[in-house]
Amino acid sequence: MKVQMLSRNPDDYVRETKYDIQRVPRNYDPTLNPFEVPREYTRAMNATKLERVLAKPFLASLDGHRDAVNCMAKHSTSLSTLLSGACDGEVKVWNLTKHNCVRTIPAHEGFVRGMVVRFCGTSFFSIGDDKTIKQWNMEAPGYGVEEEPINTILGKTVFTGLDHHQNNGTFATCGQTVDIWDEQRSTPIRSFSWGVESFSSVRFNPVETELLASCASDRSIVLYDMRESMPLKKVIMTMRSNTLSWNPMEAFYFTCANEDYNLYTYDMRNLEEPVRVHKDHVSAVLDVDYSPTGREFVSASFDKSIRIFPKENIHSREVYHTKRMQHVVCVKWSADNKYVMSGSDEMNIRLWKANAAEKLGVLSHREKLAANYNQKLKEKFQHHPKVKRIARHRHLPKHIYMDTKEHNVMREARRRKERNVIQHSKPGAVPILSERKKHVVAVVK
Amino acid sequence: MASAEEALKQTHVEKKKKVSERYWQGSGEEKKDEAPGGSHVSGDQPAPLGSQTNQQTSASEKKKKYKAEGRSGKKAITRKPDPFPGSAPVPEEMRLKFRRKMKIDKLPKHKHIDKLRRVVARSRAESEIIEKESARHNQLLLQEDAGFLEGDEDEDTCTISQEDIADAVDITAGAKYFNLDLSQFGPYRLDYSKTGRQLLLGGRRGHVACLDWQTKQLLCEINVMETINDVKWLHSEAMYAVAQKKWLYIYDSSGIELHCIRKFNDVLRMQFLPYHFLLATASATGFLQYLDVSVGKEVAAVGTKAGRLDVMCQNPHNAIIHLGHSNGTVTLWSPNQKEAIVKMLCHWGGVRSVAVDKTGTYMVTSGMDKKLKVFDLRSTFKPLQSYFLPAGASSLALSHRGLLSAATGDIVQVYRDVWKTPVKKPYMAHKVHGAVWGLHFCPYEDVLGVGHGEGFTSMLVPGAGEPNFDGLDSNPYRSAKQRQEWEVKALLEKIQPDLISLDPGKLSQVDYATSKQKHQDRVEALGYDPLARAKFKPRMRKKGRSSTGGVIRRKNQVGHEDQREIIITTLKERAESAMERKKNDKGQTSAVQRSALDRFKKRAAP
Repeated sequence: MKVQMLSRNPDDYVRETKYDIQRVPRNYDPTLNPFEVPREYTRAMNATKLERVLAKPFLASLDGHRDAVNCMAKHSTSLSTLLSGACDGEVKVWNLTKHNCVRTIPAHEGFVRGMVVRFCGTSFFSIGDDKTIKQWNMEAPGYGVEEEPINTILGKTVFTGLDHHQNNGTFATCGQTVDIWDEQRSTPIRSFSWGVESFSSVRFNPVETELLASCASDRSIVLYDMRESMPLKKVIMTMRSNTLSWNPMEAFYFTCANEDYNLYTYDMRNLEEPVRVHKDHVSAVLDVDYSPTGREFVSASFDKSIRIFPKENIHSREVYHTKRMQHVVCVKWSADNKYVMSGSDEMNIRLWKANAAEKLGVLSHREKLAANYNQKLKEKFQHHPKVKRIARHRHLPKHIYMDTKEHNVMREARRRKERNVIQHSKPGAVPILSERKKHVVAVVK
Repeated sequence: MASAEEALKQTHVEKKKKVSERYWQGSGEEKKDEAPGGSHVSGDQPAPLGSQTNQQTSASEKKKKYKAEGRSGKKAITRKPDPFPGSAPVPEEMRLKFRRKMKIDKLPKHKHIDKLRRVVARSRAESEIIEKESARHNQLLLQEDAGFLEGDEDEDTCTISQEDIADAVDITAGAKYFNLDLSQFGPYRLDYSKTGRQLLLGGRRGHVACLDWQTKQLLCEINVMETINDVKWLHSEAMYAVAQKKWLYIYDSSGIELHCIRKFNDVLRMQFLPYHFLLATASATGFLQYLDVSVGKEVAAVGTKAGRLDVMCQNPHNAIIHLGHSNGTVTLWSPNQKEAIVKMLCHWGGVRSVAVDKTGTYMVTSGMDKKLKVFDLRSTFKPLQSYFLPAGASSLALSHRGLLSAATGDIVQVYRDVWKTPVKKPYMAHKVHGAVWGLHFCPYEDVLGVGHGEGFTSMLVPGAGEPNFDGLDSNPYRSAKQRQEWEVKALLEKIQPDLISLDPGKLSQVDYATSKQKHQDRVEALGYDPLARAKFKPRMRKKGRSSTGGVIRRKNQVGHEDQREIIITTLKERAESAMERKKNDKGQTSAVQRSALDRFKKRAAP
């Protein structure tokens, strides 16, 4: 007879002293871990609920401006520095880690219309309603020394937008024309115009650095090449765009914030129709900024909220609002992809987390593992109706909630009318336009 | 002297633990080829890309040489090359165990599915890695080997007595064979806790005892002064349920009555579903009830309309409850359905006992017709094997590794591989003192607990238990802290009862609902059809122009408009089909001469 029985030595399974860690022998045999899928589903459900519980995006409010915040600029080399310009001509420099203002400059008379930090980070430019372009040193002057710009250029007309070249000393402004300036000269080296119009914003392409795009008040978006004397082409839309932002990773895409409550992502090479129409705002969209990864962008709107859109989605994944936040005029996504800054009418700058439920600070290894695991679970079960419902739910202020409903009714009515018109006219007489094509009037080259 | 030397050489360590086979010792010339000594691409190896690959390899070799020699031309000091590079190969059958069902090969051919296809491909690659890794883990890191019992030549293993086995094995294993003489309050039902450490005994005449059966330490002992039908541990060894004469009671491990649940009356059999925290009870009144022990609420009560329910077991794979009935049927139940999911006629005469194996593949039943049958539970629900036991089995139990124990009167028999090949002889047999009342294999041990009229017998069954437990699922050696942590985790991932279904993996499969199905669901959820055409309501006209006749006329006009369309289309279709038929007829008449009798032939329906 040959016999062997299971006989475990407890020493192999129990820790020797209480100072050791517990021993956990694993056996990954699926039959020992039954109900794999239902248990994972339950975990995913818990993770989703936890995410909603922990979603506390608001971090801080930076107050100190004495009028509405009109524009902001990210520092090109320092993560913790933010610049903001107000409607009373004041420029403030903020330290974001300490949540305080480090410097105040009475820069302009009237609005500060735009600001941009030079690519090297040593100085910045500001433009205002007083028709001046001022260049400031990033270093604060010594104690008792008055704030003086390094350089002041007096223009002929009011400037409304400003952007700096990625890697050389030229910058662009817009007003009644789009002007390209050399930092060393006091007159523009080139000036573009296409018909009688005024421009609201101008942006350099971050990759093809000689390219520019601007939003004009005649409802068009115009593309330029700095090396040429004429603009490249423009697309005319049904309503005016306020600002635009280039995708930093796929720099042939740009997204513009439109007055018709939508955002449009265009492919520079094909302006006939936008790649995507982003809908969710219930009032004019005032500003847009891409995340440094180029996967998402944030938009600020007149409806007192900011929204975060994944670049290929029609609807937003996140909406941020507070009771006190009024019309949001400007918004920026921080260069470390973690924060969103918004400046609004009621003189405050707000700091938000880009990912509402993210835990800040240093994570321990196990915390990181758990977070990654939960993220994967949420992804795996995201389409299950119960998980989806929880993940999608956002509380909205009443005015946005009611307006959304109203707009839905209006949209439905418009659609019904269109359908009826098509039905009661000669086949082919009324063209059937897709949602994307509807908003483009013409493309001019 | 020589014998002493031999004895020294043959230490028990060597005897017990054979040197595990290293992967490079196994046969396989490929592996030799993998070694860097002979790893150059030689002519006999297939080079699918032709000369190009050869050139590339030669270039890379040069590079390597250059690197190895160093820039100065001197030979650089390099480490000795690893003779066994890469990770150890895992045999295919080991990996198969960890393979998940992936039935997403037939994705519809749409353009927008491309993204999904990429996701599927990526997840498949990931799961392959995990499959490999867990197989490798299990191949290398599992500590214990399963037990076995082999007879000598001309010796049946079933003739080996328990005493012989207990003498042959080591002391700790031998101590697991013992008898408890409890003749006063018998016969006994029993249950082992999920980790296999604690044993719960319930005598018919009211005696309840729970003990740590390995150390023989008594945790509590009470007499409830009532008939006991069944006993069951709940999720941990802190609480257990006792089905008494009238109601269901819950006690803690020190014997204090925690709850008396009056909603559960006349309970005869109980099953605990550990991942759902559900206690399923079958009563003499024919009710199958589910109690959620984490919140103390009744989840479902199903009237089975099948009389007294005293045969019950659970499917550990999908948490379905199996009930055996006196008319020979076995029914499968979930808390979500008022009717049985499956009804199987298994025996001529009543069903005496049912057991389901760990993987949920096989069900073993025994009946009054003295038959023992094995059924396939996956899809066919057909019998695979049928055995005749002269006395008929009164109770059955299946172990983790698939051993079947069947009690016939006062004899307990253990069978091996009942579903694969027809079994002639039992693997083991043992005679106890009274009629067997309860049978239970101890989890993760080679022990079968037998409750009978004269008490309890712990029987040795080598090869019954799973040798390697999963420490995060049920750890027999866990500390109090580990138990607490496990309890919190288990409660957090408690599966909701509405997820119980025949296929537990259903939730991860792609739902190919048609638009029609979706629409139907929507209609059901909303209570009305949102896409239905609104009924025409004639507008009210002022100044007497909205007479009843006029309203009806307008209504009819609209109604007839719809009908007109339908009539026009049907007429068109009919005309077309008539034309076609004519054409066909013409063709036929020209080809074949019509006979006079053709007119009596039945015409094909239009």
